[in-house]
Amino acid sequence: MQVFKIPDSIIEGSKYTFCPGCDHGIAVRLVAELLDELGIRENTILAASIGCSVFLYDFLNVDSIEAPHGRAMAEATGVKRARPDKFVFTYQGDGDFASIGLAESTHAAIRAENLSGICINNTTYGMTGGQLGPTTIIGQKTTTSPMGRFKETYGYPIRIAEHIALCEGTAFSARVALDSVAHINQAKKALRKAFQVQLDGLGYGFVEILSTCPTNWKMTPDQAHERVRTEMIPVFPLGTFKDVTEVSE
Amino acid sequence: MTEKQLLKGNYAIAEAAVKAGCECYFGYPITPQTEIGEYLSERMYELGRGYVCAESELAAINMVIGATSTGARAMTSSSSCAVALMQEGLSYACSDELPVVLVNVMRAGPGLGYIYPAQGDYFQAVYGGGNGDYKLTVLAPSTVQECIDLTYRAFHLAHKYRNPTMVLADGLLGQMMEPAEFGEYPYPEIDNSSWALTGAKGRPNRKIYSCARDEDIHNEHIKHLFRKYELIAKEETDWEEFNTEDADVILVAFGSMTRNIKAAMKTLRNQGIKAGAFRPITLSPFPSQRLSELAEKCKQFIVVEMNMGQMVQDVKLAINGKAEVDLINRPVGQWLSVEEITDGVNNILNKIPAKVGV
Repeated sequence: MQVFKIPDSIIEGSKYTFCPGCDHGIAVRLVAELLDELGIRENTILAASIGCSVFLYDFLNVDSIEAPHGRAMAEATGVKRARPDKFVFTYQGDGDFASIGLAESTHAAIRAENLSGICINNTTYGMTGGQLGPTTIIGQKTTTSPMGRFKETYGYPIRIAEHIALCEGTAFSARVALDSVAHINQAKKALRKAFQVQLDGLGYGFVEILSTCPTNWKMTPDQAHERVRTEMIPVFPLGTFKDVTEVSE
Repeated sequence: MTEKQLLKGNYAIAEAAVKAGCECYFGYPITPQTEIGEYLSERMYELGRGYVCAESELAAINMVIGATSTGARAMTSSSSCAVALMQEGLSYACSDELPVVLVNVMRAGPGLGYIYPAQGDYFQAVYGGGNGDYKLTVLAPSTVQECIDLTYRAFHLAHKYRNPTMVLADGLLGQMMEPAEFGEYPYPEIDNSSWALTGAKGRPNRKIYSCARDEDIHNEHIKHLFRKYELIAKEETDWEEFNTEDADVILVAFGSMTRNIKAAMKTLRNQGIKAGAFRPITLSPFPSQRLSELAEKCKQFIVVEMNMGQMVQDVKLAINGKAEVDLINRPVGQWLSVEEITDGVNNILNKIPAKVGV
């Protein structure tokens, strides 16, 4: 019989402060499990970001530095260049990674930094109360697009995993979701690869995680996962967009 | 090797950083400091140290933050309008108490300005453009030799106090050549094992962040920072003064304008005016106490600077009405010549003959 175990990499006794039904909790658990399984917790430095994702440093039992909004990949680059033997990763929201930090995120990939990046895409700015972000989908109502996102004014959402996959220094880039057990298992596999490419010195590993924000979407957790399936995945298809470890047939 | 060489200011700063043990350099090109990044691109590679051509100054300062969070010695260099881009990072680095070293080789502002020298970043350096209560330590060299000495000192002070430290040079100093010698890095190693991020092995995890989320902790953190700034002021405030004992008028300047006020002082003495010169080496902490002491005797101070009057504000605050404080200035470009300074001094003195007895 397998008993569910809280990963050692989660700080003992910590209680998630995420909203009920938010997928951050699952994502954090997957990261912690992988730090345990790869045996790298004690050698890890996290560059935390701004937004709901910042709370990661409250839950993960690793050394961490908080980056200004959008600058996590620059700070991670600094950490890694100073201490190349450390495992260094970022955990950012879509606004942090792909709007204010798009230059830092992209250039870290272009430079083939041996870093791992995780971007939680929930199509909105969660912490500030649900404004339009770089991944808000066409038609989506937010507090700053009350009539819905229409392209004439707001332009289009960015497909981050595909964008990062275009960078030559990227070793791995994938998009996953957390709306079902099958997807959660796929997500963990993708995260493991994004971590492993760094450990193997192959370059930049990246995973975009489609995630829920029930509070700002004004949905129940179930409705939120249904939205991931019916509205988000059609716009942001799941899959691996680059994997240098894949042997071509 | 401690032989004197003919050195350009920017190269002096760059090699001094190497000799100070700088492990990583992150930078983005901008005139008039680009030679620093060019020189280090080769030198750091040779030595197997870290070097990144950053995508922006925003990224560069945050790379320095990342590197220094591990206890490493790291620096960036830039100029004026691009140092403006780094202000957010400097505010974070002060709150995070990270030993960031930043060199600003000033050009003319505001905005893009131009590449000729100026001293318009005094406020930016001393009072900061970032948010919240914080202070950088700011050192202002006046010669190529001091570009070396103060770069050494910047690394030392940054690590000793865990506070971002800026070398505030200017385009004149960056581009001029003078004889100078490197000597050996004169400061001791500083133990950072109590705070550096190394991975949470055999100890609780460490978090470096500015966000407190608790008013009491937040208040205490800022008070702690300011107790540290007081300690830096007590221990590290530094200045030079020349012929101040009998001076009826003291010229005050920072950075490379120091050279011109010293020359002007000699000319004025030859003209029969008892002139002295005062030059803060640390702009932050500012040698306010010494200026206040000098104002007990000397009743006329004249600040000479290449801006619209920035350091003059701190001189006035220090002197606090005990003496007259006037300004000779030009916003940008051609440094005020010795003649312009002596003429300016005579004009000021002639308006207030009672004070100096002429």
